Amino acid sequence: MSAYLIVMGAIISREMQRFLNQRGRFFAALVRPLVWLLVFAAGFRAALGLSIIPPYQTYITYEVYIVPGLCGMIQLFNGMQSSLSLVYDQEMGSMRLLLTSPMPRWWLLLSKLAAGVAVSLLQVYVFLAIAAALGIDMPLAGYALALPALIVSGLMLGALGLLLSSYVKQLENFAGVMNFVIFPMFFLSSALYPLWKMAESSALLRDICAFNPFTHAVELIRFALYGQFNGLALAVVCGGFAVFFLLAVRGYDPARGLAKRRHSG
Amino acid sequence: MTALDVRDVRFSYGEKEALKSVSFSLEPGRFCALLGPNGAGKSTLFALMTRLLVTGEGRITIAGHDIARAPRAALAAIGVVFQQPTLDLDMTVTRNMRYFAALHGISGRDAQARIDAALDRLSMRERADEKVRALNGGHRRRMEIARALIHQPRLLLLDEPTVGLDTASRRAITDHVHELATGGLTVFWATHLVDEITPEDEVVVLHRGEVLAQDSARSIAGGQSLTDAFMAMTGAEA
Repeated sequence: MSAYLIVMGAIISREMQRFLNQRGRFFAALVRPLVWLLVFAAGFRAALGLSIIPPYQTYITYEVYIVPGLCGMIQLFNGMQSSLSLVYDQEMGSMRLLLTSPMPRWWLLLSKLAAGVAVSLLQVYVFLAIAAALGIDMPLAGYALALPALIVSGLMLGALGLLLSSYVKQLENFAGVMNFVIFPMFFLSSALYPLWKMAESSALLRDICAFNPFTHAVELIRFALYGQFNGLALAVVCGGFAVFFLLAVRGYDPARGLAKRRHSG
Repeated sequence: MTALDVRDVRFSYGEKEALKSVSFSLEPGRFCALLGPNGAGKSTLFALMTRLLVTGEGRITIAGHDIARAPRAALAAIGVVFQQPTLDLDMTVTRNMRYFAALHGISGRDAQARIDAALDRLSMRERADEKVRALNGGHRRRMEIARALIHQPRLLLLDEPTVGLDTASRRAITDHVHELATGGLTVFWATHLVDEITPEDEVVVLHRGEVLAQDSARSIAGGQSLTDAFMAMTGAEA
């Protein structure tokens, strides 16, 4: 096996094991979307009328509508959690161990991303299985077809987390990241309401949502779950991944200023 | 070929100059101590040697590989033990070592054979399946040293590896690493503790970002104790 794959495999297996060891994190990762699905969606069901929009071919309940958005939410939180653990690793030193590996740094960072995606896939599929057990299910083939979409969206959201971790220097600053990144990204998207519904209240809000890459991640997952392909969403998500990842690699380049500041303490 | 060659290396954190034209070189198979008080620039120098930091001024060559031009070959030739522990406490000794081996592209039976050999050298084979959390500070440090040698580096860098250890553990680790140097490995050991250095060791004295001396500990001591000589060189800050 090539050294590249050995490194990536080891990083993925370490992250997986760490995740499975942290039962509280697994539990929280599942409870959060389930609360949205069972409590929030139940309350909203009556208030929100949904028309038939692609990829749906019939009327759907609100619970069915928000499942793809909640898959995206799991990946968004996971991306931030991975990035939080990177900041922790930097403070605790294990990031140094990783970065002194003789592999190219971009590959090490890509491997970290792949590990985060693997963890998020596990969470998403357990969530989808629980939702299905509760009667909120998708077409059977959709579960398989959503896999590539979830990988791409997980990479983009993980890359965003990686980018933030290269600029956020201390754990304490992460509360700000929650307020200024996760919440706006989630609420200003098509995760909870379709864009046409948003347009009814404000055209500007609708435009912001349409611009938000998280919207496209959610739509990519939504279409894939129904066996359909959304080219625009894929293009935006891939573009977002490329931009976030390149900036993150730049942020971790030792020749640039960031690393210097981090060591100066 | 020198094991480590540092030429005219400068480094600043903004306005603050941490290293001012540092130059020295190490011959293979020697134990060399980097002796300097806190704030001398030891950790900055280590970060530069391990490419956690990069400087545009000066050159660092490890086993013939310029770290700026051939970083991967240079990094493959060094083993590092950082001042801060870098172990996964909730994973077993073996798993920690396998992870490190994989970071150097070593896996499967080859990795297992190297890990077994490393644990045998430390007489820790029977603890291979224990979680690192169950080990005491001294054993954790020994394990980190063994781990740093799995890919058979030419140069072993240790940044104040005895910080936080009791006297017996400190002594055991210092002796162990001296033995490694006798076996042909080049060791570069940063410390501010003079008692970790034997009279035969090579010493580079670093103070306020400058190399004040490089010689054997005996010569630097010059008839007095190394502590006195070191304190005289660096003022009373030792």
